[in-house]
Amino acid sequence: MKVLVCISKTPDTTSKIAFKNNNTQFEEAGVQWIINPYDEWYALVRAIELKEKDASITIHLVTVGGADADPIIRKALALGGDEAIRVNTTGDDSFYIASQIADVAKQGGYDLILTGKETIDYNSSAIGGAIAGLLDLPFVSLATKFDLNGTVATITRELEGGEETEEVSLPVVVSCAKGVAEQRIPNMRGIMAARTKPLKVVEPAAVDALTHIVSYELPPAKAGVKLVAADNVAELVRLLHEEAKAI
Amino acid sequence: MVLILIDHADGQIKKASYEALTYGADVAKQLGTTAEGLLLGTVTANITELGKYGVTKVNQVSNEALNNVDALVYAKTIAEAATTLGAKVIVFSHSQTGKAVASMVSAKLKAGLVTGVVSLPKTDGGFVVKKAVFSGKAFANVEIKTDVKIISLNPNSYKIVSAEGSAEVVQLNIAVDAPKIKVTAVNKVSGEVPLTEAEVVVSGGRGLKGPENWGIVEDLAHVLHAATACSRPVADSGWRPHHEHVGQTGVQIAPNLYIAIGISGAIQHLAGVNRSKHIVVINKDPEAPFFKAADYGIVGDAFEIVPKLTEEIKKLHNS
Repeated sequence: MKVLVCISKTPDTTSKIAFKNNNTQFEEAGVQWIINPYDEWYALVRAIELKEKDASITIHLVTVGGADADPIIRKALALGGDEAIRVNTTGDDSFYIASQIADVAKQGGYDLILTGKETIDYNSSAIGGAIAGLLDLPFVSLATKFDLNGTVATITRELEGGEETEEVSLPVVVSCAKGVAEQRIPNMRGIMAARTKPLKVVEPAAVDALTHIVSYELPPAKAGVKLVAADNVAELVRLLHEEAKAI
Repeated sequence: MVLILIDHADGQIKKASYEALTYGADVAKQLGTTAEGLLLGTVTANITELGKYGVTKVNQVSNEALNNVDALVYAKTIAEAATTLGAKVIVFSHSQTGKAVASMVSAKLKAGLVTGVVSLPKTDGGFVVKKAVFSGKAFANVEIKTDVKIISLNPNSYKIVSAEGSAEVVQLNIAVDAPKIKVTAVNKVSGEVPLTEAEVVVSGGRGLKGPENWGIVEDLAHVLHAATACSRPVADSGWRPHHEHVGQTGVQIAPNLYIAIGISGAIQHLAGVNRSKHIVVINKDPEAPFFKAADYGIVGDAFEIVPKLTEEIKKLHNS
């Protein structure tokens, strides 16, 4: 069985977000880069857990990015996975990125494709569905539990105000959310092994981006907090009712 | 024509769909065209009444297999309906269904997609929509370059407006593929307000010291008809379920009112809630960073303040 895990490079969760060149580009100076938490903690770790139970499973990682994504993909390989593929291009259009991954997936013949539920930079929740659409495969989004029984996957996914358990035969594309697996720290053996695991760089497929980011903006700053004395809770209720009209 | 997907569960239309309908109708007005709804499956709710939200027509594919969202089946049906009807803009809500389906429709139609949209498009010389990025820390203005455009609207981003009106219901005859996904169990949390749809959210952090103290949060949420939420350490400690975790790696919400109790306000938590219209912070530490992001605050002991707040709100409701 072959599993493909999609890995994205994102700014660390504590990063201060700023823009440059007249707010048209993300300011990368001083930003620490990490594996997108949803890709790492849930999709990748769950794939590794499956392989720990069934050694016949092969895990490939795929990322779309420039050479600056290599440290991130090596870090992912330190957690686990057999080899990695980097599609040598960058972009911010979900269709473009998904098309590159779908191209890799077509050539690899994977039984299972796992993504995180979204990246913490663009928050689009679009890559998994677009890959599945391009490959005409079933797609389960926002999985909170994932199990395999032979070639049938049992998946629990979030609904508004509840959850649903589903069964689907492989191949399938699944986006993973909290609950699918627990975060892991790579050990020294993994870090050493990652150095010699294959990292294949492939050139992108000729696909046009369908969208384009024109500019960025920051949310308006808050006017400042109005503090109410702890012994005057009634005043807070009055402000929320009369001034904010929120209750 | 602007086509809006009407999402439903248990026979009822979801609140986020009313937002999407109002939004889609306004997009249509802006473009000088009409707005129509698309409903897959069957509902017990009155469909003609959806005309109140600005659509003249609701297209329905009355196939009961569509009452469960199998993303591939759903997406193919939507893509075919959109093509048949000649839709130029397709509007989803950025809900569980939208997240499962919108990007697949985009792939099927090769139509540009922007998800998590927060306001009306700019249509003077192009089609540019504003979306939330960096988990609520910023916005991006994104141009869609294709003839057919797909957008999904962030919940609680657009005010629902209704007026007199009724919609004509037209049955669409589209062959629907057999679902490949089999639903084996559904577990609904009854009586709770869904977090992403809630107007008011009451949230607790480590300052509450333990799960046994959540009664005061729930009592306050109850009088406000609010959803309950929590910070990441609380969910990670198992005090509250994971689906209540709001923040950068949890749920991102934009309610009208967010009340944070005993949450210090780490940057990752703020990312998930800073699109809330009004933020109230109750914390015993006057240096808690959350006060900088708040509109109203009380420095003090949550165990004394929160029950008083619940009582004062009850008084307000009874007055």
